[in-house]
Amino acid sequence: MSDELPDPDSSHYWEGISNSELRYQLCNSCKKSIFYPRSICPTCGGNDISWQVSSGLGEIYACSTIYRAPPKYKDKVPYIVALIDLNEGFRMMSEIIDFEGQVVSVGKRVQVTFRDDIDGKPTPYFTTID
Amino acid sequence: MTLKKSCAIAGVAESRLGVVPDSTVLTLQAEAMVKALAEAGLEKKDVDAVFSSGNWGRLPQLQISEYLGIQPSYSDSTSVGGASFEFHLGHAAAAIQAGLCKVAVILYGSTQRSRQERRIFEAHTDLGYQYETPYGLPIPVGAYALAASRHMALYGTKAEHLAELAVSTRDWARLNPIAYRREPLTIEDVLNSDMIASPLHRLDCCLVTDGGGCVVVVSPDIAQSIPKEPIWLLGQGESHSHAQISEMPELTITPAKESGERAFKMAGVKHGDLDVVEIYDSFTITVLLTLESLGFCKPGTSGEFVSNGRTGPGGEFPLNTNGGGLSYCHPGQYGIFLLIESVRQLRNECGERQVPNATLAMASGTGGVLSSSSTCILGLD
Repeated sequence: MSDELPDPDSSHYWEGISNSELRYQLCNSCKKSIFYPRSICPTCGGNDISWQVSSGLGEIYACSTIYRAPPKYKDKVPYIVALIDLNEGFRMMSEIIDFEGQVVSVGKRVQVTFRDDIDGKPTPYFTTID
Repeated sequence: MTLKKSCAIAGVAESRLGVVPDSTVLTLQAEAMVKALAEAGLEKKDVDAVFSSGNWGRLPQLQISEYLGIQPSYSDSTSVGGASFEFHLGHAAAAIQAGLCKVAVILYGSTQRSRQERRIFEAHTDLGYQYETPYGLPIPVGAYALAASRHMALYGTKAEHLAELAVSTRDWARLNPIAYRREPLTIEDVLNSDMIASPLHRLDCCLVTDGGGCVVVVSPDIAQSIPKEPIWLLGQGESHSHAQISEMPELTITPAKESGERAFKMAGVKHGDLDVVEIYDSFTITVLLTLESLGFCKPGTSGEFVSNGRTGPGGEFPLNTNGGGLSYCHPGQYGIFLLIESVRQLRNECGERQVPNATLAMASGTGGVLSSSSTCILGLD
């Protein structure tokens, strides 16, 4: 992780992650959810933006099992990277973990969980739910 | 306002391709430019505009212009991944139309195979990328794999459909003497190749080669006196929708939707009018998504569209006739080669792989992780 992180846009997000809270933003003007965190609404251009806490519930929008990993992740293969659509209307990337033989596929319901990443940094992951 | 027939391509050339250890990014671009200018019947002193994009060096636009000894009056280093050169052609047309230049060179070179100087995407861990990097998605292949997973889930597209495209593209490469991979390929070969990021196998992925290219673009008055038949820009459109894959609005619809609509409208032609189509094939899924986004087939039907060798030699939809990034060459940003092949097909110079009576061609580039798109429609006088 780079020395410049967290940055002014992301510090509130990472602080949430350290407290097991998945935070996202809401544009108070157009009411669209915003992710990743920004100082301007990418939908309407407004800057009246508030922080919210996500339920951490969502479903898999797309997913891929990685067999040829970047060097740092080489010992981890195979692992599943997914894009998750959260109930609150935003999308984020994460890894699906602890799926214990369940089929992980597009449309599967998932829930956030917080673990340390490969660098020991608190990070949001997702597990499948029924 | 339109760019239709505002400029013509007068010369095209590749440098040596494949594995070229005795070269640098600069020598490869110089090599391509010398050949392309000779073909155009022009000299370096005639060049008054430089367009380039590179993954190397510091301020590569300045470095390559310095190396070649060109002090341009118009300069554009738009760098939006592999589609950059289709953007450059549109921008060169606008600059020529505005009277700001008359002879532009579009340049690219890479020694990524031999020297591995390419900066890999996962090195970026800050700003928007901080929300993706913890998860170890290999870029770009992992991003394209996510898009393929979405297309398969939505439409039932199969790995065999992707493999079809790889096989048809290889069949074209077998007719191109300078293609990097020319041995026969079957659907089973593709499906049996190593899984890289599901559902993409190794043979769904483009090559990693060295190589460079140059396209010489001239004003209509100069086009009257060049040795070869001028190849006119008839339509161009461009757009980009995101930088990182988690920000792509819909993973099955690329910005080729916008770039294609603008290019068709400007050229005043329809899909069925095109004789030959060159679509960026970084991965097999790239082509399927682009075909749908450009409107050649309905959403979800590209798998059927490419089935039964339809896009291969002798098929009714000649696609990626040089063998593409999958089998001919792929030195990192492949888009310049789409233009080179389009021009050669229109000039009837393609030997065994020539599409008969080709008068209208499309080159559609994609860059980043399905992020940027520029589509150019080219034709004879």
